[in-house]
Amino acid sequence: MKGAEALLKALEREGVEVIFGHPGGAIMPTYDALYDSPIRHILVRHEQGGVHAATAYARASGRVGVVMATSGPGALNLVTGLADAFMDSTPVVAITGNVPRALIGTDAFQEADVTGVTMPITKHNYLVQEVNDIPRVVREAFHIASSGRPGPVLIDLPKDVQLAEFAGTFDVELDLPGYKPTTKGHPKQIERALDALEKAERPILMVGGGAQHAHGEFLAFAERTGIPVITTLMGLGAFPGNHPLWLGMPGMHGTVAANRAIHHADVILAIGLRFDDRVTGKVSRFAPHAHTIIHVDIDPAEIGKVVRTHIPIVGDARQVLRELLKGAKPLKLAAWWRQLEEWRTRHPLRWKPKPYLQSQEVIKAFAEATGGHAIVTTGVGQHQMFAAQFFPVARPRSFITSGGLGTMGVGLPFAIGAKVARPEELVIDFDGDGSFQMTLQELATLVKYKLDVKVVVLNNGYLGMVRQWQDLFHARRYSEVYLADSNPDFARLAEAYGIKGVRVERKEDLMKGVEAVLNADGPVVAEFKVYHEEGVFPMIPAGGAAEDMILEHPAEREEVEA
Amino acid sequence: MRHVISVLVQDHPRVLNRITGLFARRGFNLESLAVGTTHVPGLSRISLVVSGDDHTLEQVEKQLNRLIEVLKVTDHSEPHVERELALVKVHVAGVEERLAVKDIQEAFRARVVDVAQKSLILELTGDSKKIDSFIEALRPYGILEVMRTGAVAMSRGERTLKVREKREAV
Repeated sequence: MKGAEALLKALEREGVEVIFGHPGGAIMPTYDALYDSPIRHILVRHEQGGVHAATAYARASGRVGVVMATSGPGALNLVTGLADAFMDSTPVVAITGNVPRALIGTDAFQEADVTGVTMPITKHNYLVQEVNDIPRVVREAFHIASSGRPGPVLIDLPKDVQLAEFAGTFDVELDLPGYKPTTKGHPKQIERALDALEKAERPILMVGGGAQHAHGEFLAFAERTGIPVITTLMGLGAFPGNHPLWLGMPGMHGTVAANRAIHHADVILAIGLRFDDRVTGKVSRFAPHAHTIIHVDIDPAEIGKVVRTHIPIVGDARQVLRELLKGAKPLKLAAWWRQLEEWRTRHPLRWKPKPYLQSQEVIKAFAEATGGHAIVTTGVGQHQMFAAQFFPVARPRSFITSGGLGTMGVGLPFAIGAKVARPEELVIDFDGDGSFQMTLQELATLVKYKLDVKVVVLNNGYLGMVRQWQDLFHARRYSEVYLADSNPDFARLAEAYGIKGVRVERKEDLMKGVEAVLNADGPVVAEFKVYHEEGVFPMIPAGGAAEDMILEHPAEREEVEA
Repeated sequence: MRHVISVLVQDHPRVLNRITGLFARRGFNLESLAVGTTHVPGLSRISLVVSGDDHTLEQVEKQLNRLIEVLKVTDHSEPHVERELALVKVHVAGVEERLAVKDIQEAFRARVVDVAQKSLILELTGDSKKIDSFIEALRPYGILEVMRTGAVAMSRGERTLKVREKREAV
């Protein structure tokens, strides 16, 4: 048995069913072994598409996503995707070929120091120097990627190691003396947390991506106590989007109710989130009335990193919630809820109707047509925020987006990974014309594997989010954001790939367009030509606080008042 | 504030890279660094001198602990021994200077480790401040070169830097 075969066997033993990847010189021995392997391979058209697909596969399924690439350029094309998976704590194992050991360090053809480059953007990485180490390294990589705070792990395999004769064993024991995540919350702290919540007058629950797997416990805890729930962008779906206890998303483009609730809360229970600057705004003005912040996270380094924490609980969201649930009691929060209801009814998410088709109404139409029962992926920008605002997903692991890194172009490869992970689900990629063009080569992957993904391109002809900032903060100096003069005809582009293309340009054709997308048998690229000057509101400007929230475009507000 | 931190690591390739990379990436201020093997095969020990406020130091410790190959991190706030070693090559033109330098050497309990016609190499062990003063004392005679190690540290008494007890893996 060669090293390459040992690698695939080790992957099989980890339960790997699918690998996203792209071959090349230094990984050829492994691709040769793959020819006889039961593991399915999805050939992408660019390695970045592969790593994003593996990321979404992991997020949609809860299992480890696997991506494979060759040395040098192939491996370096994974960099953005690895950083994305790292920022959003997603379990991914990347396998890269490298030049033969004797050539490492000689600037050989397609050589790059991939373990060096990926060190700060992976949870851990390996350069395998000895063929018999392969099973141990694979075992460790999967364990590290999927346990504790999940994250990407890279395994770099020199070509001659893949070709060397394997004489080791697959029965390897984990021996990671420096890696022992704490999963069980401290009972004393849990007791203190319950006590603080019981005495609270204006408590809130904030939940992030670290609680996607704890949705059942979370729902039970929220319903038992009656505490209002706020989910971050990464936490969307961890709580049902149609639940009366849900106040929406916090932060820069969050709801008025969620941001005001944080501002006025006296006790905050935050679970599986890291107080990103898009959530907190100016930290010194974040949650000024909270005398107790309880922070539950599996990564001790996140506790106290950004906000002051009064009750730290290091542990797994699910285990901690189970413990919290044991002592949870219904709280008397009638006055608090009256206030919250007032904010919620007075300031729902809304938009100013225009004679043009608008992104918000397109997304809302899809949400209503599907009842929120779809896996939504997005690119990054205005359309991403609109999707977060107007497509309240009903179930966990169903809103797959790039939160921390904000990687444009993830929408289509994320949809591919999600569809491969959960083929029975409807998968919709809400994309922007800018984001979509960063990875649209993966349309070929949809065709190759007959993946029924619905791509909805909200084409406003601009890099809309940058345009919005230029509008609000740069005196309308629209520097290098105009795309409409050179965008392709998206429907015809789809047709060139053999994919059904749909184009909707007028408001009155919206429902017809939505039906055309949802009723299509197979993948669709639907271009919705939307209002080009739309802005995402509410908005808390970067570095601002809840009180600085802008509810609508300043120019439009004047119109109303005049 | 200045802190001395000891880190016990598995001596895998690039482990030092991971630590210095972490400091660079997070903008922690690293004043000195010393590394060496320990009496346990496979384990190395690193001493770091770091400056920063309490919040920064808490993050330094926590971020170091996130590294898979880091077994233990200790901030030596308790009574501890701290040492640095310096080699100083000093110019000595004549007998008079040689005697004066010898006085300084004796006062600091340094050792002469190389004698040449026009120079001496002195070796001194001590904490950073002592070495600073030693260098200042020698400066008027013409220092040719100085090599200092980073500070190394160890807790006094029974306390040791041991590998954490094995707990149930997830």
